[in-house]
Amino acid sequence: MDNEQYTIPGITGVDVSLPIAGPGSRSYAFIIDWHIRVVLALAWIVAAMLIEFGSLRLPLESGKRGVTFGFLVFLAPAIIYFFYHPVLELLMQGQSPGKRMAGVRVVTVSGGTPGTGAVLIRNIFRLIDCLPMLYFVGLITTLLSAQRVRIGDMAAGTLLVIDERVPSRYLELDGAATAEAAVDFTTLDLVEQILERWPSLALDKRDAIARALLKKALGSAEDPDALDDDALRARLVTLSAQR
Amino acid sequence: MKSSAAAWVHARAPAWRELSRRIGALRKRRSISVGEALGAIEAYRNVARDLASARRLVPGTRTAAALETLFAQIHATIARHPSGGWSGLLSVLRDDIPSVVRELAPRIFWMAALMGSSAAAGFWLIATYPHLINLIASEEMIQHVEEGKLWTDGLINVTPSSILSVRILSNNIVVALFAVCSGFLFGLGTFYLMLVNGLMLGATFAFVHQHGLAERLFEFIIAHGLVELSVICIAGAIGTAIADSLIRPTHATRRESFRVCVRRAAPLMALCAALLIGAGLIEGFVSPDPVFPLASRIAIGVSYWFLMVLTLGGWLLRRPRPGGAL
Repeated sequence: MDNEQYTIPGITGVDVSLPIAGPGSRSYAFIIDWHIRVVLALAWIVAAMLIEFGSLRLPLESGKRGVTFGFLVFLAPAIIYFFYHPVLELLMQGQSPGKRMAGVRVVTVSGGTPGTGAVLIRNIFRLIDCLPMLYFVGLITTLLSAQRVRIGDMAAGTLLVIDERVPSRYLELDGAATAEAAVDFTTLDLVEQILERWPSLALDKRDAIARALLKKALGSAEDPDALDDDALRARLVTLSAQR
Repeated sequence: MKSSAAAWVHARAPAWRELSRRIGALRKRRSISVGEALGAIEAYRNVARDLASARRLVPGTRTAAALETLFAQIHATIARHPSGGWSGLLSVLRDDIPSVVRELAPRIFWMAALMGSSAAAGFWLIATYPHLINLIASEEMIQHVEEGKLWTDGLINVTPSSILSVRILSNNIVVALFAVCSGFLFGLGTFYLMLVNGLMLGATFAFVHQHGLAERLFEFIIAHGLVELSVICIAGAIGTAIADSLIRPTHATRRESFRVCVRRAAPLMALCAALLIGAGLIEGFVSPDPVFPLASRIAIGVSYWFLMVLTLGGWLLRRPRPGGAL
């Protein structure tokens, strides 16, 4: 299924199209971030106990020292829990490690990177989104809203988009070769794509696609039906080198 | 025959290559110069033109997709919210917050009235039906008071002030933020929170009054309570403003109206959180410490409250009047 698109009218008349991240990508990113927070918090607690007591036991000591130690042990996890998202979304320009792994990014409704105010607002409203438990309100709002946003995003004027990053190497074409090539540019692009996916495709499927592409590219100059799998690949590589 | 699309890509590729590098470098930086910003806008125009051509000449190719990515990256760069820095912060404190506070003044008054009424109701309830305190206070707290002690007595000997402060201030900040955020539930959450807080305050005072401890509780509360309760009322006022923006939208859609309202109130929310940090520190270091006499507690509480009023009203950082006295 194609992703829903969020279209921002550009000042130049050319629209910016951003694919909206749905509840699935959002939940996936959140679960990764949640696990990172848990691991960090546990690591801190274990390290603090080992340093203080030399073993893994809870502070049973009474009095100021016991209270202080218990507090310091659990303060860091609380800080990690509450400040993880706002701090990282600011530092990583709308992403967190989970969002990066899930390939999503927070942007403003105008398509920009969110500022401090927007990041803080979207995270403060987690108080409502997480009600009554397990982000139920947030999930329902994400399912029902047009741009798949939770209440925090509505308040901050942000949305989560898929961070589609087509590598810039596709801009770095060997222009001279391409200009001289007799083969259609779009066909060459398809040839490169099939070569990239070659190992992951079933033998009969990739051979059929390769033959169709070679026929389109070369016309009646060659007969690709006579070529086996290796020869087909070699021919496609030769063709691709024209770029 | 030479492909016209290929020739076009050939002609434009070096410019895209260069631009991709430049934008990549700009995106990593927190701030950019005016010259760089103007360059990015110029690049935006050029890439928009190229993208329009690519969508027509080479649709569905990765070159077109890479151009879409480049275009979106330049758009994000030039649509980035400018950082105000210290002057921006000063402007927020001097102009934005006072303007929002003036707008919210009637709501703040009504929230204070609501809290006061519910406190009076709580006081009457416990004064009339003392056994109902079991619904409001914990067993431990009731036992303390019945023994003629406040639950705050000796607190400083058990818990260090710093820890006490952090616990209190974080709890207060969460309550205040919840009062704001629950305005989204058409104000129901905000009203509930204000009523419950007032009711508990009044009920607790009635209960300690019955055991002759009201003065000591007042002594404990006065240093931090004035600002703390005022901030809760302000948070409630913001919550009702958010509710109002949804019930009677001021923009084309409820969502837009809600967004504008929250964005406008956000600096005030931040200031409220900062004020609660101060109140929490006072509650941890001053309120439970018997060293401080009542007079100094009142002086601290009233001074901090006036500081809050001066900051919220914008008087603390008011611009000098042009042509005023030298």
